[in-house]
Amino acid sequence: MIVLDKRPQPSRLWSYAAPVLAVVLTMLVGGVLFAALGKNPVAVIRTIFLDPLFSEFAWFYRPQLLIKGAPLVLIAVGLSFGFRAGIWNIGAEGQYIIGALCGAAVGLALYPAETRWIFPLMIVAGAFGGWVWAMIPGVLKVKFGTNEILVSLMLVYVAESLLAAMALGPMKNPDGMGFPGSRNLAQYPSAANLELVAGTGLHWGVVAALIAVIFAYVVLARHIFGFQVRLAGQAPRAARFAGVDPARMVLICMGLSGALAGMAGLFEVAGPAGQVTIDFNVGYGFTAIIVAFLGRLHPVGILLAGGLMALTYIGGGIAQSNLGLPAAAISLLQGMLLFFLLAVDVLTHYRVRFAARKVA
Amino acid sequence: MKRRTLLASGAAAAALGLTGLPALAQDAKTKVGFIFVGPVGDGGWTYQHNEGRLAVEQEFGDKVETMFVESVPEGPDAVRVMTDMALKGANLIFTTSFGYMDQTVEVAAKFPDVKFEHATGFKDAPNLATYSARFYEGRAVQGHIAGHMTKSNVIGYIGSFPIPEVIRGINSSYLAAKAVNPDVQFKIVWAYTWFDPAKEAEAANVLIEQGADVILQHTDSTAPQAAAQAKGDVITFGQASDMAEYAPNPRVSSIIDNWAPYYIDRTRAVMDGTWETHQVWEGIGDGMVKIGEISDAVPAEVKASAEALRDSIGAGETHPFTGPLNKQDGSAWLAEGETADDGTLQGMNFYVEGIEGDIPS
Repeated sequence: MIVLDKRPQPSRLWSYAAPVLAVVLTMLVGGVLFAALGKNPVAVIRTIFLDPLFSEFAWFYRPQLLIKGAPLVLIAVGLSFGFRAGIWNIGAEGQYIIGALCGAAVGLALYPAETRWIFPLMIVAGAFGGWVWAMIPGVLKVKFGTNEILVSLMLVYVAESLLAAMALGPMKNPDGMGFPGSRNLAQYPSAANLELVAGTGLHWGVVAALIAVIFAYVVLARHIFGFQVRLAGQAPRAARFAGVDPARMVLICMGLSGALAGMAGLFEVAGPAGQVTIDFNVGYGFTAIIVAFLGRLHPVGILLAGGLMALTYIGGGIAQSNLGLPAAAISLLQGMLLFFLLAVDVLTHYRVRFAARKVA
Repeated sequence: MKRRTLLASGAAAAALGLTGLPALAQDAKTKVGFIFVGPVGDGGWTYQHNEGRLAVEQEFGDKVETMFVESVPEGPDAVRVMTDMALKGANLIFTTSFGYMDQTVEVAAKFPDVKFEHATGFKDAPNLATYSARFYEGRAVQGHIAGHMTKSNVIGYIGSFPIPEVIRGINSSYLAAKAVNPDVQFKIVWAYTWFDPAKEAEAANVLIEQGADVILQHTDSTAPQAAAQAKGDVITFGQASDMAEYAPNPRVSSIIDNWAPYYIDRTRAVMDGTWETHQVWEGIGDGMVKIGEISDAVPAEVKASAEALRDSIGAGETHPFTGPLNKQDGSAWLAEGETADDGTLQGMNFYVEGIEGDIPS
């Protein structure tokens, strides 16, 4: 009979080992799934996890990993603060959209002026947009005790409608023959978020993601705010005695994650995406939640998890065109990652014991 | 010999140092890539494009190799997938959604030796052709049947996005319905999606509650058919593909996007080396738009007149937009006997007179 004993302290070993085990389990179960689909599981797993890094065209895929991973890491780092403190911002997708809209609005309003101040201004506007969108659930929670999970999630759908309205209305390209979508910001030098070194995929969003990782690491390890965040999550009562103001904590955590998500949106709309379109958002805000947990809410872990998640996207695309794997199988694989992580996490908090059944 | 020349031309192209990308893998098989916006099992838009892909395989057998990636978001991911295919040696790439336009232009510029075909867009290049179908011709036939069949005189329309393509379809079906039933009224719901069964079902139910007994849709799933079937006494039309599993009722007919002949033609042109860029817009007459079997739920005389309309449009005798026509605001658009020009149709951003409500913007 299997017995679970709660550990007095979460296991240090397992907190590191759990994500690795989750990845391995995902590969195994994914392999069974692919075999059931009539594909060679080893070939599929290799294609998804190794081909983007080491194959004939790896020189093309590697930069794509940065492009795909940067927004995930940037958003996930922001979310990790709140998640550590028990503040659940589920609406990063909406903050990402609003950030992109605000940033793009600045760029489009100044078109076709050429000055080097436009792009920095857009970054500020993007961060501000995301911050404002995150402040709505934040302030409502502080003032009226609403549930930030619901409010932030619902605001994603509001943001999506706003995005569609903007792409079809005020931001529509006047030279676009009536078709939806804004001007292409990537073709507007002062507003474009282009590759810093050609062919590397390194754009300002990647730089910002790396800075965010370092910043978060320092704050969590060395700054009083990082201590308060950890305390608020682990022992809310103790945190209150230690003088941590819960309302302030909510506002800072929501604001920080919102601002970073907004910036991620801006970097995307000014660079890889280029345009405000109806389908601009592709779920980075939601996937970043998986990335944050897969990375143990630790900045370095998030960096690794973001890379892994980007790998499954790029590799998933290769597996589709090379091996004819359906797109849904890739989504399933990504979902399994979080599922197994949550399952394996039991080992972090509980000790598994095989106890002989006692005779009464 | 053929193969050697191919290799030589490939090497020559690489030697020209085209933006630094390495030589494309060339072999005897012609590789054709497809980028799909939805899943191949959507039963509508992407399903039909995939049927076209399968037809290419069927036609050329061992001489072609096709590859596809489904559910590709319309953004940077599309650039990556297209580039990936071009690197793997694709000779011809079909990008099958309007939203891939700028991405296709971008990738086509990087691979001058690869031919690109973009569906429903308007930007071309020496190695980038565009193709689209005159779905509005099929819409007129639907409108004709709908106008005859409605008892409540309320026809529901599920719009995807308020873009010219969709507005054209609404106007065309409205005019045809109005021609046979002057009391007809259109109720339009915008789903803001091309494929989302849950939203589409919801839109269909809203329209049915508002009294619609005919549902037209410009979205790709069969959810509206299922909603109509559950309600009973409501008819629908297959969109993009035949959706025959809902025949004879509620699905009474359909517009079928028939891409297969075009895909086969263009693949053959690449094989023969005769491929050239163009912008085509083909309708019922060319076979790109087909009207699915009109079921027995439609009275014989309506079926006959609908088929007559179909044939007349196909023969070029009838144009769905023939004057006198006014715009919604009452201003004159087409004079007596005048037909709409393609430029106006392609950028259509107004309702015709008689349709209520505003186009969201």
